[in-house]
Amino acid sequence: MGISSQLAQLGFFGLLAVFAITLSALAHDPAYAFHALIFSAAAMLVVAWKAKTFSFDGKAAAGLNRDEYMDGVVRAGTIATMFWAIAGLLVGVVIALQLAFPDLNFGLPWTSFGRLRPLHTSAVVFAFGGNALLCTSFYVVQRTCRARLALGNLAWFVFWGYQLFIVLAATGYLMGVTEGREYAEPEWYIDIWLTIVWVAYFLVFFGTILKRKEPHIYVANWFYLAFIVTIAMLHIFNNLSMPVSLLGSKSYSLFSGVQDALTQWWYGHNAVGFFLTAGFLGMMYYFVPKQAGRPVYSYRLSIVHFWSLIFLYIWAGPHHLHYTALPDWAQTLGMVFSIMLWMPSWGGMINGLMTLSGAWDKLRTDPILRMFVISIAFYGMSTFEGPVMAIKSVNSLSHYTDWTIGHVHSGALGWVGMVSFGALYYLVPKLWNKPSLYSLRLVNWHFWLATLGIVVYAATMWVSGIMQGLMWREYDANGFLVYSFAETVAAMHPYYILRAMGGAMYLSGALIMAYNLIRTVRGETRLEAPMGAVAIA
Amino acid sequence: MPDIQRDEISGTETTGHEWDGIQELNTPLPRWWLWTFYATVIWGLGYTIAYPAWPMISGATTGVLGWNSRTQIALEQANAKAAQASMVSRIEAASLDEITKDADLLQFAKAGGAAAFKVNCVQCHGSGAAGAPGYPNLNDDDWIWGGSLEAIQTTLLHGIRYAQNPNTRDSQMPRFGVDGILTPVQIVQVTEHVLAISGQEADAAAAQAGSVIFAENCAACHGASGEGNRDLGSPALADAIWLYGSDRVAIAQQITDPTMGVMPAWSPRLDATSVKQLAVYVHSLGGGEPTP
Repeated sequence: MGISSQLAQLGFFGLLAVFAITLSALAHDPAYAFHALIFSAAAMLVVAWKAKTFSFDGKAAAGLNRDEYMDGVVRAGTIATMFWAIAGLLVGVVIALQLAFPDLNFGLPWTSFGRLRPLHTSAVVFAFGGNALLCTSFYVVQRTCRARLALGNLAWFVFWGYQLFIVLAATGYLMGVTEGREYAEPEWYIDIWLTIVWVAYFLVFFGTILKRKEPHIYVANWFYLAFIVTIAMLHIFNNLSMPVSLLGSKSYSLFSGVQDALTQWWYGHNAVGFFLTAGFLGMMYYFVPKQAGRPVYSYRLSIVHFWSLIFLYIWAGPHHLHYTALPDWAQTLGMVFSIMLWMPSWGGMINGLMTLSGAWDKLRTDPILRMFVISIAFYGMSTFEGPVMAIKSVNSLSHYTDWTIGHVHSGALGWVGMVSFGALYYLVPKLWNKPSLYSLRLVNWHFWLATLGIVVYAATMWVSGIMQGLMWREYDANGFLVYSFAETVAAMHPYYILRAMGGAMYLSGALIMAYNLIRTVRGETRLEAPMGAVAIA
Repeated sequence: MPDIQRDEISGTETTGHEWDGIQELNTPLPRWWLWTFYATVIWGLGYTIAYPAWPMISGATTGVLGWNSRTQIALEQANAKAAQASMVSRIEAASLDEITKDADLLQFAKAGGAAAFKVNCVQCHGSGAAGAPGYPNLNDDDWIWGGSLEAIQTTLLHGIRYAQNPNTRDSQMPRFGVDGILTPVQIVQVTEHVLAISGQEADAAAAQAGSVIFAENCAACHGASGEGNRDLGSPALADAIWLYGSDRVAIAQQITDPTMGVMPAWSPRLDATSVKQLAVYVHSLGGGEPTP
């Protein structure tokens, strides 16, 4: 890179830092000022890094091989994934305990359930899940295209820009900066920043596909690409809003009333569909055949289930608004498309599980493969439960109850969490050039803690959710309601405690993973009996 | 060029593609999967014919079954109302006494009152009606404004110290300390007297002095021996039941700067039959008194 272009970059980021400080000084509210300062600090860190790596002879940094895969950003991504997994799960356990013991809200605004709940959902979905998708997609697209990531260091911008988005969103929630739109709580300026980062992500990913050396695009990349493109569209439309001032954090949505509700759930359901389903199917389609050492079960099924999933999912959102002011025809639309979505979703499950045919024996010795299998099993369970809950008469019982929470968590903990953990266990030894993981037996511990944790969590929420729904609608022989709302809350107390225990088990599994992976990175190997040895003896 | 191979384990051919060592089998779509998918699509089409579904220019198709959610809820509400209609009209016509003497009416009124109580009253009086500091327990017979059916109904209809209702139950206790009616020493003495008549440990000499102050300042409302006066809503003091606390500090505080409870009037918010049912329910909790 020439000296003049390096100087231009230094100047650009320096001006950005000064601009952000100015915004901070002129801000109408402290949260906006604080966020401008964070942004300015980030720009200054870029300046410092650019100055440190300034190359006076105007040549590219030494040792940079243009033909090698770009794995530094993937390594950073695995660390971020691990970090945010633990952060997000920890906040989840805290708010689960807050529901059981309200005193744990501590009477402070920034520790109240209302602010910590979006912190938990965003930390798990976007920070943990997002980083998992980011780093695996960068890894997978390079391997399956036999091409280095496109557009130079833009991938690093995507990584760090995304972390900045997470920090801005998370600190915003704690300070009460929110649009109040589920899974899209960050305010307008954070939304704009995410849009910039996301467009860069698209350019890197799509650019890499364009310069691929393989004749065909691998199925994992279809799913990753569908996830990236659709999330961009969802994010932009759901967040269309008018800021009260360009120097303040508050904005008002472009939509109102039932149109707003529909837009929010069009977004909300497809955040599940394209972020948590399509994206992670992409992950599954690479790591499962790799770990199993078997070919993908059916190419045709992957084509048909990909296109049917993509086409049907986008219409299913209105099932979140059954029996509301939403017109009946739109409720029908959401329900019918949810039912039709059942088989397209299961296409992914079949392709994942059947890829193991001929390799099932490996489950005895390979806890990582076990993780993938349980993940696919939970995927199949959740994608059956979802259509069932979208049926209006079922929904009239399940809606607004803990059953929904249980459903989300069997998807998020079971499917998303387990497939990501499996991918991390696969990636870390390869990325750091280590012969093996520190300990497979610890992976097994993680597997069982996590699996039992999910089972406790989901079963508890089924019981408490159905109980809650039945109590709400209980009439006596005279036609009077039997229970008050407070009585239904009191009845859920034991289940709230059990749920927190399930979550704690899942968190402790993740902590074991972090320990295992850190020792792996340090190049250590635990002396232990090999998995499955007992059965052989 | 595609390099099609035959997979040894499954016997299926690959597609000949390979990415980073991953191959794909050319397995046909599972039949059960495909037919189930078709079935859901056909079912979906059928559902959209039966129910409101296809958006048109000025509205959506209404469906051949003619169902819609607004009609359904209206129908369900009408049915629920019709099912209760005869009992509700009988309650409307009957006096409170008549309701309690008719087994069917009593049972219906208690169930309706319990349901209304859970929605409207538990916030202050608690889900078991056991009250809380400042909010009376409704399970006992220590009534402040009266425990007969009529008295309870009046309290419910008009509230207590509820300015928006002209017929609200009202009374004021003077601020003996804040307004300088009694000196601090006198307040201590009368506090000891109140402790003594409620059967608590008290300083005998101070209580003796306090009894005179009590007779001059407090007995007019709370009665000569502290038995209370329900016409004025003056709580009985010579018992162990306390609204704002029974200890020395709480009693002195109440004399110095009294807290006086407020309850909203329910007559415009709830219809007359609901209030009747509530009165019967509260009366039935354990402390209800006969009609005088």
